[in-house]
Amino acid sequence: MSGNEGKKAPYVVPIGPTHPALKEPVMFTFKMEGESIKDVDFAPGQTHRGIEWMGMRRNPVQIVHLTDRICGICGVHHTLAFARAVEQIAEIEVPPRADYIRTILAEFERIQSHLLWAGVAAHELGFDSLLHLTWRVREQSMDVIENLTGNRVNYGIVQVGGVRRDIVPDQHKIIEDCLSTYEGLLGKLLDLFLHDRSITLRCRDRGVLSRQQALELCTVGPTARASGVNADLRQDYPYCAYGDLDITAVLPDQHMGETRGDVYDRIVVRLIEVGQSCGIVRQCLDQMPSGPITGEEKLAKLLAICKKARGEAIGRVEAPRGECFHYVRMNGKESPEGWKVKASSYSNLMSWIPMLRGEQIADIPIIVASIDPCLSCTDRVAVVKDNSRQIMTKEELHRLSVEKTRRLSS
Amino acid sequence: MSTALTAAMIIGWTVVISVYGILVGLFLLGIDRKLAAHMQARIGPPLRQPFRDVRKLLIKESVIPANAIPWMFNLAPIMALASSLVILLYLPAGSVMPPLGSYGDLILVMYLLTVPALALVAGGFASGSPYATVGAQREMVTMIAYEFPLAIVVVAVAWRLGAAGLAEPFTLTTIASNPIWSVVGPLGILGILLLLFISAAITPAELSRIPFDTQEAETELAGGLLVEYSGRNLAMFYLSQGVKSLVMGALVVAIFFPWNISTFVAMPATVALPVDLLFFLAKVILVLFFSVTLVRVAMARFRISQVIPVYWTYLSVIGLVGLLLLMADTVIPLAGVGA
Repeated sequence: MSGNEGKKAPYVVPIGPTHPALKEPVMFTFKMEGESIKDVDFAPGQTHRGIEWMGMRRNPVQIVHLTDRICGICGVHHTLAFARAVEQIAEIEVPPRADYIRTILAEFERIQSHLLWAGVAAHELGFDSLLHLTWRVREQSMDVIENLTGNRVNYGIVQVGGVRRDIVPDQHKIIEDCLSTYEGLLGKLLDLFLHDRSITLRCRDRGVLSRQQALELCTVGPTARASGVNADLRQDYPYCAYGDLDITAVLPDQHMGETRGDVYDRIVVRLIEVGQSCGIVRQCLDQMPSGPITGEEKLAKLLAICKKARGEAIGRVEAPRGECFHYVRMNGKESPEGWKVKASSYSNLMSWIPMLRGEQIADIPIIVASIDPCLSCTDRVAVVKDNSRQIMTKEELHRLSVEKTRRLSS
Repeated sequence: MSTALTAAMIIGWTVVISVYGILVGLFLLGIDRKLAAHMQARIGPPLRQPFRDVRKLLIKESVIPANAIPWMFNLAPIMALASSLVILLYLPAGSVMPPLGSYGDLILVMYLLTVPALALVAGGFASGSPYATVGAQREMVTMIAYEFPLAIVVVAVAWRLGAAGLAEPFTLTTIASNPIWSVVGPLGILGILLLLFISAAITPAELSRIPFDTQEAETELAGGLLVEYSGRNLAMFYLSQGVKSLVMGALVVAIFFPWNISTFVAMPATVALPVDLLFFLAKVILVLFFSVTLVRVAMARFRISQVIPVYWTYLSVIGLVGLLLLMADTVIPLAGVGA
């Protein structure tokens, strides 16, 4: 593939834009010497869907459901971040009960996201049994989420000003069942992932990101915490009900006695966070106040309030992968004047470079997966070509794709 | 026997063995998939799925990449399948002694075992894809890694049979008709158990299965050696994978578990043949279950840099200990009971 320089070291191995190691499209170019990686570069932007463009032509009540679809996993967190931004601009008071329900949903999302990731990590290591078992266990949290929201993905539960469904006492038992199952299973999961020799061999001291690098590259979420950075929005900048709860960031040295910032530590952090989330949901259920679940029940009135709103605000939440950030600017019109999404993976992608340098081909899948990249969330880039920016119209894109198809088939 | 008759017989056997090898090989792949699925809490594909897969592959287009070397690219799958089938001609199946047993011995089988792997390497390099190239390099390294422990097993077993006074200890006919367990004492049994363990550890590498499937590593190399293969060519590699499974199973059975039911229970020859064959298949399935299926659901893939120490250090040391135990077995007088 690298043409005439193919025989000389370093040779180039492209991985992407689609490859079994990648769950979403991104283009890696590896300069290899034998099996070890000399240098690496990557090009995101392979799965841009223009969601912000769509949002700018809709009103906040509609956008909330669009944000659900930014990511297949962290639907609650994107909607929450957007709703919180709009609520600040329009000065809508969110009732305390809604805050608690939002917290419970967010934590369930974290549980299922971390379990999903653990399964993917096992698969990347070639350990398919663990993938199947982890995903089987994950089903129970999906069932609870379906019971609470009505959907397995794209929950459509958070609305500007509150939530759309209450949690009734009947559902407490279902949640409690799920929590106790997970708390019982956690020891087993930790044992399977952390004490299995083949996993330890593959993950210990692989893909190391030092604390210094983690800070310099502005990593967030479990990726940062695994490198010993004590950062968790739920603790540092409490939102929803987190201020009332007792939360401290999960760091690997609490569990392992040391921080190495490797793939193994990222597994540790995520698995321990599953247990932490169970505790948070339980605290929320115990302390949940009664009252309304939305600040403004009538959608027409809510829209009218949003329409009058002027100003800008930032919604920040701690998504399963780290800080999720929505910037919104409203200017007295139906649709926002500006909307910018910075998904957690955006902050984490750059940490791939120091992690991958010097490692082996065999480690690429697990290291790439170790930051739990969500590229569909991340990719929101305009076309930049020859240093000139241009925004392509739908007609142009259509014409280009037709041309490309013709070129490929000829 | 005249030369012409021998030739005709060999051709006849080759046809029979090819059909048997391919059918049983695919069946073994199906069993492996089904058992693995059940252990992973899945239902898994039906037993005939490998047959369907081959049928599907045969009607698909066989794409040759632009920067491949076409003749080598097309020859490799044929070589892989043919060489795996050839090995079957030297291996006993139940009470059926190998048709070419008198022409080659265990050393030849050892060498023949490298040919399908070499065909894969050639096919990989001829693909002209970086993934296949890396896969081919890894396959060569793996081959070099497991060859030494495999040689230890072969030499140790044959040497012990020779020390027990048997003529031509390397021929599979001798090995199959004189179970190694019966000629050794307690120390020797311990040694053979170690050698059996080594053989079980070599099998997944020989068959490119987890944890030693670095050359195909789906998540790393997207299929590695086979990444550019499709259609008929891929079908042939798939068939050779099945035949190789049978070969490895049959080899371990021939060396370590050569017993037949007909030697213990008296029965007419017409009954004995199918009964022994079925018993042989059951043994092969058991061997493959413990050395391939169980291992691949219970482990993660090794890095290629971890494969070499596993074979050269750990397994070679275990093999040498086994060899020493077998030697001690002949020296210490109380041990030589069976001899």
